[in-house]
Amino acid sequence: MDKLKRFAVDYVTYVVKGSPAFYAWIAFLCILILGLLYGTYLHAADGLRYTGLTDQVHDGLYLANFVFLVGIAAGAVTIVFPAYVYRHKGLHAVAVLGEMLAISAVLMCILFIISHMGRPDRLWHMLPIIGIYNLPHSMLAWDTLVLVGYMLLNFAGGFYFLYMKYTGQPLNKKFYLPLIYVSIVWALSIHTVTAFLLNTMPSRPMWHHSMLPIRFILTAFAAGPSLIILIFLIVRTRTRLWVENSAIDLLATIITYCLGLSLFLTLSEVVTELYANTEHALGLQYLMFGMHGFTDLVPWFWGSLAASIAAFAILLKPSWRTNYRLLALACGLAFIGIWVEKGMGLLVPGFIPTPIGEFTQYLPTTLEIFVTLGNWAVGFLILTVLLKGAIGILLGDIAYVRLPQGKTTSDAAGELATPELT
Amino acid sequence: MVNSRRSFLKSASSLSVSSLLGTAALMTMSDDAQANMEWAEWFQGNYRLMSEEEKAQARARLERRYTREYGKKVTVDGTPAQEGVLMGYALNIKKCIGCRRCAKACVEENNQSRGKDQDIEWIRVLKMEKGEFSQEKMNQGYPEGLGIQVGGNAYTPAGVVLEGEHYYQPEAVPEKDAAYMPIACMQCEKPPCVKVCPVRTTYREADGPVVIDYNWCIGCRMCMSACPYWARRFNWSDPNLPKEAMNPVTHYLGNRPRMKGVVEKCTFCIQRTRQGRYPACVEVCPTGARKFGNLLDPNSEVSRIIARKNVFRLKAELNTFPKFFYFMD
Repeated sequence: MDKLKRFAVDYVTYVVKGSPAFYAWIAFLCILILGLLYGTYLHAADGLRYTGLTDQVHDGLYLANFVFLVGIAAGAVTIVFPAYVYRHKGLHAVAVLGEMLAISAVLMCILFIISHMGRPDRLWHMLPIIGIYNLPHSMLAWDTLVLVGYMLLNFAGGFYFLYMKYTGQPLNKKFYLPLIYVSIVWALSIHTVTAFLLNTMPSRPMWHHSMLPIRFILTAFAAGPSLIILIFLIVRTRTRLWVENSAIDLLATIITYCLGLSLFLTLSEVVTELYANTEHALGLQYLMFGMHGFTDLVPWFWGSLAASIAAFAILLKPSWRTNYRLLALACGLAFIGIWVEKGMGLLVPGFIPTPIGEFTQYLPTTLEIFVTLGNWAVGFLILTVLLKGAIGILLGDIAYVRLPQGKTTSDAAGELATPELT
Repeated sequence: MVNSRRSFLKSASSLSVSSLLGTAALMTMSDDAQANMEWAEWFQGNYRLMSEEEKAQARARLERRYTREYGKKVTVDGTPAQEGVLMGYALNIKKCIGCRRCAKACVEENNQSRGKDQDIEWIRVLKMEKGEFSQEKMNQGYPEGLGIQVGGNAYTPAGVVLEGEHYYQPEAVPEKDAAYMPIACMQCEKPPCVKVCPVRTTYREADGPVVIDYNWCIGCRMCMSACPYWARRFNWSDPNLPKEAMNPVTHYLGNRPRMKGVVEKCTFCIQRTRQGRYPACVEVCPTGARKFGNLLDPNSEVSRIIARKNVFRLKAELNTFPKFFYFMD
């Protein structure tokens, strides 16, 4: 118990201390969070009237970001899976960072759902026992279950690992490995169920096809590792923790495969829908070319497609892929391309036209954009803190047993980085 | 069952006396007591799972609040589903002239929000062009200018539901070359909206209508996505319901005033139909295009229409089994 207390104290004192650049970053995030607080206040006081949402397009930026972030959370498994199943050394050393990303992403999902809900004050209605939890019928109930479960698994796995590292004890494999393996399968489940949330509704023909879950997983395994590579490149330059090239290269390969396959699925969808050109293709037609003079989403679709293709082209050539400046560009393009594709490109046209044929447009209001940025800022704040703490422990900067004088922490990092698991 | 309902009605009537007294007490209520009342509303459970006593309390609480807010005596009825009744609807599309009196009557009866900010109508009347095939265009093949035609363009859309529009503003109805197709909640026997609700706040009542406990809805809008008939509306802000226009005869699961952040929809005017009256839209329709009745009674108008006319249901291929039938003479 005393150790646990010391862990908490050491952890917190470590993460709150930092360079001026660190404080500037935190301050920047806090300014964005002020926008979120104001927006949340307006939502609570007056309902969702200040959003661009209507009875026709009643899910927008908030739900789109939720769907995308579930993918980011699931994408963390691209670190954990090779690290523990294929014993990839480079990734194994930093696997805990993936778990930290998963925790932050799920927390962001929860924030976006709360912004999306009409009555967040009644969230307790969903709690089992005191409320009603509509299993097995409601996909939203399933989604909540898998998401919260995934967060707890990553929290347990990640912090157990960090705590053992902190105290210098070996990991209990019988406890730890099953946790990791369950969380790997669980990661697939969260994005599958999020796809089921949308594609089980025949009322929205644009989503109603069995390709959606695998497409979600592929885009998640492209966008997730893209963000992870960007984080790794920042970690390598801004902290003393070295992420092996082999780790980054493997992730880049995973992105290449998944992005290529997801582009193939996009092509398949376009051909399947537009060739027959039934009423069910109206949403896709509206997205790609505009209809009845409504063309707001057209640049989003083609922009996203161009970004994804450009990213894929860079990744395809090994000599470009291993040039980390170009790789960073590709990752940025893939991340943005998929964010648009899953958000404005998938969610919104699902509602256009309405089931009775009405065409309307949806554009997020300034308030929605502020709330969205604020939710992302909270997520990045949590991510920054979690990554800083985890890196501190991996480096041995936070440790229960103080190192003897003269021995530097980076030496210790070299020793400690070789994991107890073999 | 009959006995239990009778005793329940008895307790409900004695309760309405006590709620009258409660209203009197309310006039002198302190702020604290009011706050307590709203807390009690916030903490109440799902209506369907409440005991009869809790249901009565919840309704009495609402009666007090509405009476205070709208400055007139408001009743919140809780009449349960009637034995041997399954509500059904039939609409003669040949007779509909597109006057939309049904939509207006529905708003007035069911206390929908009105005004520029938030105009909620449960009934939408789709105006559809009758369309035409023209001789001038008979040779406009696709692709144009090539000998062998893959398809033609000699038509203008006719009878396509998705080409209908419901914002038409004619000088007079019915318009030439137009057909009308009113749409509202189909009260499906297999309602997709009910299936997706994470908190079971929307459910099918035993006598047919799909209802919502507005006090239990969390506003996630999954039901709106799932509905293939675009029958559900959301309260994006507090509804704008003028005091003088408010209909004080309400049902807990029906037309009682809603709050911001919840979904609402047609309930077959549960506050009327459970008292043996017609829905407001049926009553107001000037051409008699709208028919309502008990599907379990073979002699009801609706049952006879289903038995004798050619009827169809919208989007039957989705297996939602609507209890709303279209027919023509």
